[in-house]
Amino acid sequence: MTHYDQTDTLEARDLTCIRDDRSLFSELSFTLKSGQVLLVEGRNGSGKTSLLRILCGIRQPDEGHIHWNGGDIYRLATGFNAVTAWVGHKDGIKLELTARENLVFARSLGTPSGLDIAEALDAMELGGFDDVSAINLSAGQKRRLALARLLVTRSPLWILDEPFTSLDTHGISLIESMINKHLVDGGMLAVTSHHTVTLDSNDITRINLSA
Amino acid sequence: MKPATLPQAFSILLRRDLTLAYRRRSEMINPLLFFVLVTALFPLGISADPALLREIGPGIIWVAALLASLLSLETVFRSDFDDGSLEQLLLSPHPLSVLMIAKVLAHWLITGLPLLIVAPLLGVLLNLSTAAMKTLLLTLALGTPVLSLIGAIGVALTVGLRKGGTILSLLVLPLYVPVLIFAASAVANSDAGLPVSAHLSLLAALLVLAISLSPAATAASLRISMS
Repeated sequence: MTHYDQTDTLEARDLTCIRDDRSLFSELSFTLKSGQVLLVEGRNGSGKTSLLRILCGIRQPDEGHIHWNGGDIYRLATGFNAVTAWVGHKDGIKLELTARENLVFARSLGTPSGLDIAEALDAMELGGFDDVSAINLSAGQKRRLALARLLVTRSPLWILDEPFTSLDTHGISLIESMINKHLVDGGMLAVTSHHTVTLDSNDITRINLSA
Repeated sequence: MKPATLPQAFSILLRRDLTLAYRRRSEMINPLLFFVLVTALFPLGISADPALLREIGPGIIWVAALLASLLSLETVFRSDFDDGSLEQLLLSPHPLSVLMIAKVLAHWLITGLPLLIVAPLLGVLLNLSTAAMKTLLLTLALGTPVLSLIGAIGVALTVGLRKGGTILSLLVLPLYVPVLIFAASAVANSDAGLPVSAHLSLLAALLVLAISLSPAATAASLRISMS
């Protein structure tokens, strides 16, 4: 597995998000470097998901800038999309398609990592479900299929919104080790989670939006 | 590793949408059924007089085609929005407008092309002349892609709303009207033995205009809806 560029930097400056005339957060600044984790905490409705959607470029901040290696992510546009992978609250998988078909599609929308689809499914312990329609998978299996996207594509910046939802303890440790490997390879991670995330990395920036 | 190439992504997206339509075929057949039923009910409701049917036939077929297209529009983005696939499309490194062409092309193949295939049958039902039938097929071939292309902009704008159906019709129908006018009058003209090349040229111009403007507009509308 090749390593990511160690000099990659994501820098957020003075982010402000206003929703329905309510200020969710304001003047939020942080820097994320290769191998680092951004852990976004806060109560329900405190703007965790909004922050992540702003980071991946779906939503624009009401004020402030986000820079990837010095360039504004809205100018980089598709160039920035090439370095990010987003797994949101919704799984983003098609229930009528099989597990394999879902990953083939996901891979075509990113930079292929070179990892085989079968290998990715095995890594997520979904081996043998290649040709099973996603509709027949359990909630936890669907979540693992959604997260398998991160393995078939190669993006230094992972942005995950509640990745552990509906996973059992075994599933959680599976994802945690996947994340650890990503960080060791020099990737970065922005994540929200209600679960306590146990990661090897000590390089964790915590942002509490309720504070 | 290089990113998947754009033609690859385009064809995989197109194939994905066609596969999905095939697996949901009972749902997908609805607009076609609507098209056939509406057209078939007119002779029963008005009169079976061949001369009358021949006169109003082009209009009936085109109105039915237009409403069938409207009925099927929401399927372009609805399920992708609901399950989160739309976010993934939006965040892909490929130009969104090109991916939108694949989406609209798939939608036309699923909902527009079948109309073209059953239209001759309905033409016979409404007593259209052979010349009118040819023109009908030509106008449908030129006009239904325009409906899909314009409709996609409307759906992209309203997909984030929970009950976007009404506003979608209000947004899109006025833009459908030129297609209806030129297409229906072309068919009527050819039935009367008059030249139709002007109408067809205008429809073709609308198609060229829609192909060149709609993908970018659809992509921009989606970005607004999703933010």
